[in-house]
Amino acid sequence: MALIRSLVSRLFDIFNYILLGTISLTAVLPFVYVIVASFTPPEILAKNQFILIPKEISFEAYEYIFSTSTITRALLVSISITIIGTFFNIIMTVLMAYPLAYKPLKGRKILLFMITFTMMFSGGIIPSYMVIQKLGLMNSYAALILPSSISAFNLIIFKNFFQGLPNELSESAKIDGCNDLFILFRIILPISLPLIATFVIMYGVAHWNSWFGAVLYMNDSKKWPIQVVLRQIITSASGIGDSESTEMGIIVPPQSVRMCTITIATVPILCIYPFLQKYFTKGLMIGSVKG
Amino acid sequence: MIVIKMREVLRETNYTRISNSYCKSIYKERWMYIMLIPGIIYFLLFKYGPMFGLVMAFENYQPYLGFINSEWVGFEHFIRFFNEPAFWLLFKNTLILAILNVVFFFPTPILLSLLLNEIHITWFKRLSQTLIYIPHFLSWVVIAAITYTFMTVDGGIVNNYLTSNGLESISVLTNPTAFRPMILIQVIWKEAGWGTIIFLAAITGIDPELYSAADVDGAGRLRKLWHITLPGIRSTIIIMLILRMGAFLNTGFEQLLLMVNALNREVGEVFDTYVYTVGVQQGQFSYTAAVGFFKSFVSLLLIISTNNLAKMFGEEGIY
Repeated sequence: MALIRSLVSRLFDIFNYILLGTISLTAVLPFVYVIVASFTPPEILAKNQFILIPKEISFEAYEYIFSTSTITRALLVSISITIIGTFFNIIMTVLMAYPLAYKPLKGRKILLFMITFTMMFSGGIIPSYMVIQKLGLMNSYAALILPSSISAFNLIIFKNFFQGLPNELSESAKIDGCNDLFILFRIILPISLPLIATFVIMYGVAHWNSWFGAVLYMNDSKKWPIQVVLRQIITSASGIGDSESTEMGIIVPPQSVRMCTITIATVPILCIYPFLQKYFTKGLMIGSVKG
Repeated sequence: MIVIKMREVLRETNYTRISNSYCKSIYKERWMYIMLIPGIIYFLLFKYGPMFGLVMAFENYQPYLGFINSEWVGFEHFIRFFNEPAFWLLFKNTLILAILNVVFFFPTPILLSLLLNEIHITWFKRLSQTLIYIPHFLSWVVIAAITYTFMTVDGGIVNNYLTSNGLESISVLTNPTAFRPMILIQVIWKEAGWGTIIFLAAITGIDPELYSAADVDGAGRLRKLWHITLPGIRSTIIIMLILRMGAFLNTGFEQLLLMVNALNREVGEVFDTYVYTVGVQQGQFSYTAAVGFFKSFVSLLLIISTNNLAKMFGEEGIY
């Protein structure tokens, strides 16, 4: 009996390792293919073999897309929005979460309820659009940063984290005559680094990947972030259709241009991931989902 | 006389003492209130502002007249919407996608984390975790683009492979019957791995002594899974389910907007995409605000009822 059980158990193990191995590979292979394809010479790519190990490496497509100003500009826009936006997100979230974690604060319950309520009910796309319009934020980068300053969900995680910190920390600083703002930035934040690192990723990824906001609020194509430009390149048949490149007479098959743009639109955010990963799961655990 | 006077004085001092201490405590916590100001402004402006903007659903909003002077029409836009053939189409599409999501997408992270939990070689576990998290970091635009490069009929990898082997090419991107499975596969590919984080954390929180006790009783792996692991993460599963229900009708708006085209519109159009195309692109603000209102309202009802249901079954719920 025990023998059969251990046999079944071992068979399950083998099956499980194979299954998870396959799942992990499926998760990354399409993306790996895109990266490899972006470095493959266009002629080989045009024959369209599914290549995972490149035999020849060419930077032709990269040279082409960086010879036009479109992508470089879009990258700069995306990088700036991500950095400024994330910084703003963290500051806004922390500033609001810290007082809310302080139980004796008057009006705390009402505020918490009002915040939770926004997670369940929203005005929707059209009224939000009108708010942006009325504030005169159309076509400005502020329209991509301000409306998502605080995520109610993240705010509650921060609040729970601050609530869990030992009271003595702030008490003793208060006796020494520090004000709450000072306590927050000098004492609480340094010990909250794992959590902050986690949310730098969360907010950063959201900014880097956001597409719809720019589609809604940005009419000027010169202000488009990389995601919007990528979408444009994928849906248009001819690659980057700006006049300078046609004047320069460069013709690169759109397929490799597409691969290149996908890679460029993804790699920067994946580069940050390993640096913050060590904080990551730890940070996520700390908050937990309970409100 | 004196006694009454004394009483009055006492009452007064008592009163001033209370109001004084109230002011004092607010003054003492002034920095806390100052810190709250930016956040409160944000929520009022960008969360409650649009909610009050919903009045436009009850009027014929004209930008040059403003919210107050525009003509009031009551429920006209809602009635128009419910009588429109588009309503049932949108309702059906949204509902089917949402149900598919809950039935197929929701359990995958749970299953994945149970499988991952059975892995005992640490490096393998870590590696596969890192790999399955990666798609979460790609944007919907990138995923739509990858799908496109794989599936497009003219020159897509899959179709090139098929035609070069003498098979017929398949058009996934424009085929209405393939639309829902495609959406589902995309969302599972992108988010299932990431979703395991929370469940794995819940599994880690289970008391290891329960497992040792089960070992002593001679329980096999399946039994331990059924009687210890699953009950151990039950409350997490339920909280995640409630949160999912809140987003039930928000089923992948960006994703759908990116994947819908003229040929699969009949199955791909949902409330949100409709609001965007008819509202923002065609400028029918009031009418689509009403459509959005309807959707938000149904979402609210859904989240409240799931939460109550959870409480009925003795779980904690989210509020």
